[in-house]
This record gives sequence, C-alpha cells and structure tokens, in this order.
Amino acid sequence: MGKVPYVELVDGKVQGVVSSGSDIARVYVSWVSFTDGEHLFGCSTNNNRPCGGAAGNHLCKHLDSLLAEAVTMYGYDRVARYLKIESPNPDTHLRFSLTAPCIAGSRSASSIFSRFLRYLTYLEQPVATAPVPELHWFPTVGVK
Amino acid sequence: MLASQLESLLATDRPGVDAALQLVTDLDAGLLTGYGRPNPDRDAALAALTSAVAATPLADKVAAATLAIAEGIVTDEQLAVVAAARSALLGAVHDALLSDVDEATDRARVDVAAGEAVEPDKKVAALRGAARAWLTELAITGVAGLDEAFLGDVNPIVEGLGGHPAGRRLAVLLDGLSAELRSCTPIALMAEPPMRRWADLWSRAQLLSRPGHVDEVPDDRISGRLLVLGTELFEHSTLFGVVVHGVVETGKEGVPRLVRATVTAPKVDVITGPAMWNLITDRPNLMTALAEDRCLELTDMPITPTGELVWSDEDAKPGEVVDPLATARLHLVQAVATRTHPLDRHPVAIAEPVFVEQYKVIKGEEPKFNLGGATLDIDVSRLSPAAPLTVKNVAASTACIGVLRWDAGSWTLSPLAVQAPVKRVPTLIHNGQWAAGPTDPKVAKAVERNDSVRVLRERAGRLLRK
Repeated sequence: MGKVPYVELVDGKVQGVVSSGSDIARVYVSWVSFTDGEHLFGCSTNNNRPCGGAAGNHLCKHLDSLLAEAVTMYGYDRVARYLKIESPNPDTHLRFSLTAPCIAGSRSASSIFSRFLRYLTYLEQPVATAPVPELHWFPTVGVK
Repeated sequence: MLASQLESLLATDRPGVDAALQLVTDLDAGLLTGYGRPNPDRDAALAALTSAVAATPLADKVAAATLAIAEGIVTDEQLAVVAAARSALLGAVHDALLSDVDEATDRARVDVAAGEAVEPDKKVAALRGAARAWLTELAITGVAGLDEAFLGDVNPIVEGLGGHPAGRRLAVLLDGLSAELRSCTPIALMAEPPMRRWADLWSRAQLLSRPGHVDEVPDDRISGRLLVLGTELFEHSTLFGVVVHGVVETGKEGVPRLVRATVTAPKVDVITGPAMWNLITDRPNLMTALAEDRCLELTDMPITPTGELVWSDEDAKPGEVVDPLATARLHLVQAVATRTHPLDRHPVAIAEPVFVEQYKVIKGEEPKFNLGGATLDIDVSRLSPAAPLTVKNVAASTACIGVLRWDAGSWTLSPLAVQAPVKRVPTLIHNGQWAAGPTDPKVAKAVERNDSVRVLRERAGRLLRK
C-alpha cells in the first residue's frame, strides 16, 4: 500500500501509481494492457520521464509491484481475466503468466495520473452528518 | 423482544407481499434487457404495474407512461414515472412489514411535522440533469449491454455532486451502483445478475435526481441524555458510513425516543477494515462515546422528523459509562420510534432495534437463535471487518442487541452488540468498539503498518495543488 497508493482496472488496463523507492516526491505511473494478442506496458514518472527499467520486453520493478497490488486488491482471477491471460497460475507472481509477447507501449501517463489525483480528491471531501438512507443497500463487505 | 412477540411476527402472513414482489421482479427483467427495443414481457409487466396503482394518484401518469413506452417513446419523464410507481409498490410493502413489527413488539410511532424544504442550488440542479440523462441511457441500453466506457461517463457527475452537501446522497448512490456494475462487466455473461438490487438503486437515483426533489432541513432540536444501543457499519468502494442507534431520555417524565445518527466519509477502495475509522477523527465526542461506552449529553442537537440526529459534535458532551445492554433492557420496550420519510419507504430501510436474550444458539455457518421455540435467522453478512464483533462471538452470545431487517422474504436479526464469553468472562463486544482505534493489539499493529489513510494523505499533500 505504501508502495502502490493507487491501482485500478480501467479501460482495459491495469493501471496505477507506484511510489519511487529513492525519491519521496516522485511517483511512477505504470500500466499493463492486452491488445491484439500482445501485452503492452508502460512506466514513466508523473512528468512523463520514462522509467529506465521498463523497455523492450522487460517489465520493471514498478510494474511488478503494480501487478502484485492489483492481485491483492481485486483478486488474482479478476486481474488475470481482465488482462485476458490464457493459462494463469495463481501460485506464482502474475508477471510469469504474461505469456503473450510483452511490448513497451508509448502513451502519455497524464490521463492515468489525473485519474489518481481525482482519486485523492475523495479524501479531501468533508465528512458529512446528514442522513443517507441509501446506506441500507451497502452493508459491509466480508464476513469474519 | 420476547419469544411470544417473535412468534407472532413470524406467524403474520401478508398475502399481498408476494404478489407485489413478483410484479417488481417481472418489471426488473425489463431493465436487464433494456427499454430501447420492443419487449412484450416488459410491456406486460408495465401493464400489471398500471393496474396495481390504478386506485392511487399515480394512475393516470403510469398509464400514459406505459402506453408511451410500448410505442417506443422512452425519455426520463416516462422512466421516472415507472421508478416512482415501483417505489410506491415497495413502499406499500415496507408499510405492511413495519406495521407487523410494531404490532408484534408494541412499538409506537409518532408523527412529526416535515422539515423545511430547501431548493438545491443551480449547480446541483445541472448535475442532476446530467445524472438523469445517464440513468435514462442506462435503462434504454439495458444493464446486460453496459460497457466500461459508458459506466465511466458517470464519474464527472459523481465528482461534481460529491462536493455539495445537497449532492452527497446521489453521489454515494451513483458511485456505488456504477462501481458494482463495472466490476461485473460483461453482465450479459452473468448467471444471475442481482436485478432487484440494481433496479432498486437505479429507481432511487431516478427519484433523487428529479428537478422537483428538495432536501429537507431539520428545524427541530433535541436535548437530553443519548444512550447508545449499537452501531451499524456500511461501506462501498468510495464510502464509509456509520449509523449509531440510540435512545434519548428527554426530561423527567419524557418517554425515551429512538434516534439515529449518521456519519459518512468519502474514501477510496484501498482503505478497508479498521483503518476506515481514521477517516472520521474529527467527531471526537461521538467516537469517544462509542469506544468507551459513554452516554452523551445533547444540547439542542438538530433532529429530522424521521428521528435522525444531524450530528454536531460540539453539541454533545460525553458523560458516564453506560452499558448498552442495560439501555436496551430498560428503554427498548417503551421507546417511541418515528416514521420513515415517504421517499425512503422500502423494505430495505427497515432496521428496527431489538434486544433478545435467553435464547439457545443453533450453531452452524449461519447461526440462528432459538427463542422459546421460535427461530430467528441471524444475518452475519453485515458484520464488518472494521469491528471486533465476529460470527464466533454471536454464536457464543447470551444476549444480543440487533436490528430487525427483512430480506428476501424473511425476517433476520443483524447483530450490533452482544454479550459473549471472552476467556470465560461475559464481555460486551460491539460494532463501535474500534471507533478510536482497534483495541486488539494485533489488529492495531496491522493498521499502523498499513495505514492507507495516512499514506494517501501524505501522497495528496505532496502531489496535489503543486
């Protein structure tokens, strides 16, 4: 969580933000998708500087963290299904099940980053004390 | 609640309820396939709805809307009428069930004058218009045909509404509904999509986004000692909700009044479990009262006609320690309740606090209470990971405060607080116990290690408004 403050399955991509290990003020915007039989991926800083580790067909440690956090958040099956992985193996890290060719895609990180900022604004909204009768439909998740 | 009261509640048979719910089920099938194409089954369900409301003021409007839809004219006007008629039908079911509860438990309800209506500001009105357009398109397409791109279209509307107090309810609802639909796409492949639930949420959103919908501001105030009975916890991916049930002792001769207080905090989906309490640290008096089992002295606390305290923390002073079980034993029998707001009448809204003891637990994955021969189903699905109360505690309990709910055709008890042995000592365990942080050192450590609220706030502080 400290490492990956944001991960979502949106527009066919597993996308998220990974905090830099070396610089507290820097984050990496990372994503993986599946199109036309290939896994495309990308990783760059929020200022669109490419990550040195993600190039050619090699996933960087940020993408590793992103996929691991996605599995924690959404469950292995759902993430594997989302990335259309042929024969997933839940006993290993998800990256080992990316059997289709992996290619570094080129797209700007800005739309993902702005989604993350939107996500953060939820925490800026004030706590409210007006009644919300619609709560009845949203009982808690998970039984102990 | 006594064994005889439970027995009489379970024995009550309401002949109209099944028929009404069957009609709703038939109608909801139309929302799955969509209003955009001809569908004789849907039209038959709409015709049945028309005759169901024939003796009500809705009759003419529903008949006209049904006719228009059958001819292929589907706008938000027609759909709002369908949503209203469906809600009226479920409202009647709610009324019947609630009067059964009142009859069985001798609970009195008082009529209170409505609050003052406030017109929403222009911005909220515009956002409601956008919400109506989205809801209309959803109904025309049909739930089965929704894709991710369409479901994402609601995000800016939710964002706009979330920033306004008058928009919060609709924002909570649209965000919960769209996230749920998104996680289920492709819905066409689902074996059994929960259509009753989704149609409920869609209908409520329709009604809340009508131009004529006005928010009511409470103009009544209450003073006296608030004794907490228990806490219900709610959540979806972007919301944490706490509802406190209690009674207010007003004056010397005053009859105790059943009240509720709600606190809602926006969140994101990575914030789960006990860490959610970190979102509402700015209501210290209420949280202290929950965590330390204290009563609260209220001074002129705003209260709505439906018995909802609109919590203002500075008007509540924590007092002495009071055992909720004692409160339940002493006050629940004669406490006076209020009526549900007309728009909120729906079987799901029935959550009546009751107290049971001297039962035998029928063990199993879903424990049941045998109360003098009558069996009460326990709804453990509402136990929250943000609270210490577990299925095991419920199964070992000797006394229980819960809310009586009605779901899928039967009555259930949803536990809020129990007395159960911990290391052989009878102990009070309840849903509000971790309001000031987990009391279990192992859980506290885990929350601290993975303090999502702190991490995200730190990230926000560094990355927002640069």
